[in-house]
Amino acid sequence: MGNEEAVYFSRGLTELTLSFHIIFATIGVGIPLMIMIAQWVGIKKQDEHYILLARRWTRGFVITVAVGVVTGTAIGLQLSLLWPNFMQLAGNVIALPLFMEVFAFFFEAIFLGIYLYTWDRFENQKKHMLLLIPVAAGASFSAVFITIVNSFMNSPRGFDIVNGQLVNINPILAMFNPAMPTKVTHVLATSYMTAAFLLAAIGAYRLVKGSNHVYHKKGLFLTMKMGLLFSIITAILGDFSGKYLAEYQPEKLAAAEWHFETEEGAPLMMYGVLDNGEVKYALTIPFGLSILAHSNPKAEVIGLNEFAEDEIPPLYIHYLFDTMVTIGMLMIGISFVFLLGFWRRWRFVLTKSFLWIVVFGGPLSFLAIEAGWWLAEVGRQPWILRGIMRTSEAATTSGQVDTMLLLFAGLYLILGIGSMVVLTRMFRKNTVEQELADRASDKAGETV
Amino acid sequence: MNLEFIGIFVLWLFLFGYVMVASIDFGAGFFNAYVTLTGKQHILSKIIQRYLSPVWEVTNVFLVFFFVGIVGFFPRTAYYYGTTLLVPVSIAIILLAIRGSYYAFTTYGGLKHKRYTYMYGLTGLFIPASLSIVLTISEGGFVTNETPGPALNYWDLFTSPLTWSIVVLSLTAVLFISAVFLTWYAHEAKDEHATNLLRRYALIWAGPMILTASGIVVELHAHNPEHYARLMDVWWLFILSVALFIGTVYLLWKRQAYGTAFGLLTGQFFLAFFGYGIAHYPYLLYPYLTIYDSFTNEAMAIALIIAFVAGLGLLLPSLYLLLRLFLFNKEYVQGKRNDHT
Repeated sequence: MGNEEAVYFSRGLTELTLSFHIIFATIGVGIPLMIMIAQWVGIKKQDEHYILLARRWTRGFVITVAVGVVTGTAIGLQLSLLWPNFMQLAGNVIALPLFMEVFAFFFEAIFLGIYLYTWDRFENQKKHMLLLIPVAAGASFSAVFITIVNSFMNSPRGFDIVNGQLVNINPILAMFNPAMPTKVTHVLATSYMTAAFLLAAIGAYRLVKGSNHVYHKKGLFLTMKMGLLFSIITAILGDFSGKYLAEYQPEKLAAAEWHFETEEGAPLMMYGVLDNGEVKYALTIPFGLSILAHSNPKAEVIGLNEFAEDEIPPLYIHYLFDTMVTIGMLMIGISFVFLLGFWRRWRFVLTKSFLWIVVFGGPLSFLAIEAGWWLAEVGRQPWILRGIMRTSEAATTSGQVDTMLLLFAGLYLILGIGSMVVLTRMFRKNTVEQELADRASDKAGETV
Repeated sequence: MNLEFIGIFVLWLFLFGYVMVASIDFGAGFFNAYVTLTGKQHILSKIIQRYLSPVWEVTNVFLVFFFVGIVGFFPRTAYYYGTTLLVPVSIAIILLAIRGSYYAFTTYGGLKHKRYTYMYGLTGLFIPASLSIVLTISEGGFVTNETPGPALNYWDLFTSPLTWSIVVLSLTAVLFISAVFLTWYAHEAKDEHATNLLRRYALIWAGPMILTASGIVVELHAHNPEHYARLMDVWWLFILSVALFIGTVYLLWKRQAYGTAFGLLTGQFFLAFFGYGIAHYPYLLYPYLTIYDSFTNEAMAIALIIAFVAGLGLLLPSLYLLLRLFLFNKEYVQGKRNDHT
């Protein structure tokens, strides 16, 4: 196997692992916050339904955490196994947040173990809820630290290269690089948003399937509120991301927007096709790109013509950008209409057809997450460390990457099927109605 | 004391932590599968489940900590070990992944079938075997530095008696450590049947464990004389270690003080592990990589150490809480409480 093949398969394996892991990572970051909110509302209102929401979400969460942990271990090791040259270089500058991530994760793991096994152990329910704070904080901080590493790959800072040697290394400066604020906040907000829409989709699905229980309606209402909140925040942060890109990674923005020539008052192109370098059938928003890039309709936006041919990312990332943005906007719309309808008692938001839209919103949000990460990673090509090291220089020289790709594909298949089977079985066997009745009789038994 | 030394000391300490907690976990899985196979499931399964449930995820973190830490403190290890370990470590990851997730699937997801119990038990043997290969490789002689990069010579590796001795040691050590710990745990739980059975397992595996461990020293004499000579410089550590081993076996034999027995065992492995590590110093990979030529820059090292101390400040109280609530909580250990979500 020549080294080009090793690079090719290393990219394939990394993409596969990340694409699989990010599903569970997103759930892992977002769900604890939702559980916390539900439990808090439940304690405040003394409403058994919200408490049960928290309990049931927790049960599902444990399964996804397990898959998230093991695939996270896989990607952590694959960084060194597949990209040894990159880690050798980057380890000198960006090892600190990777190291801190382990602590955040450790913290989360310990308290998750405690939280799981102490339901009903405390007289005061609030004490039990407090145990969830380190879980949620640990999960979110894991995301923060890992995203910092990714932002460093996009805008490496905190060192100088003199005669091929790394000098003046400053780990803190490397962490607080220009890409860090927009990336970290974007990852967090989208995780919360996606988790909310996932839970909303589950509630909506139960309602579609004939349950008319108020439990599901409460859950749906709560998660749609969270979904709307975080999808609006995501949209605002997305705008900041555009400004960051225009300033620090103009080639990424230009490739994503098919912006070929530097010009003032640049329009934003959505969708469309490329025909010999011409954009056709695109939805054009006049001055849109200038506004996105610089908040000024007249501003100049750098085009791809300013960059060498071998330093621009592939142009298909345009569609990834479109997918991500379209779904994001769609979700704002769906949740807004739903909530407005819920407040104003419009019947149609609880009809089957509208609920189906909410159901599909769950998987769609995950598609947006995937598209966003592919955009982030493919959009950085040909660099693994922008401007410093090319992806092709970073990969392993081992000849067995193709076999490993097959093995890991098999693993993710097993884990994917396994987690789906287990999750459906868990909740189908133990219905909400059944569980509410059981808990009520338990309570009655205690007071007698 | 220099930064390189602090770095490797901390990492070695965490690796020791992983070896202990993971051995308990791997061995517990194996014993659980074994009693299921021989129809004595009713004696052990409950005890083992009760111990594993709240701590399974924590075990994995020790390993992650070690490999993230070693790339952080010694980035050049990523180049040498990253390139050469692709296959063995990938296999270990896959086994760990299946093991970890199916543990959750069966414990929390109600996936009940004997085949998962067997799978869990078997991965508990294959994982230490595949991970222990890393120690073998570090002894040198299996990695060649070619263009375009370092490569692992699989034929030499798998035909070397050293490889197989280390694999066997990893297995016997896993079973011994686990059996001793679980004997103590079962005794705390006042479960006499389980205690007796586990005590028997512990005594059965004590002999093979100490035999294979001594065998390694002989193998090293032939394979890596330099390392062997340095081992002999710290011979007294190994003598002490053997003394603690005899103490453990004596207490088990006499059915006394199982807690102390586990303490002695921890001491035994601590001394042997550090004796081995000190003799390995300064090499990370004979003869290419030492902790000095692979070390990161000073700024990063100091930042990592500060992060480590701060992290420990957060972790130690939390670990203490976890242990107090479950491991050292009489009601929980004796199965009077569950409170699972």
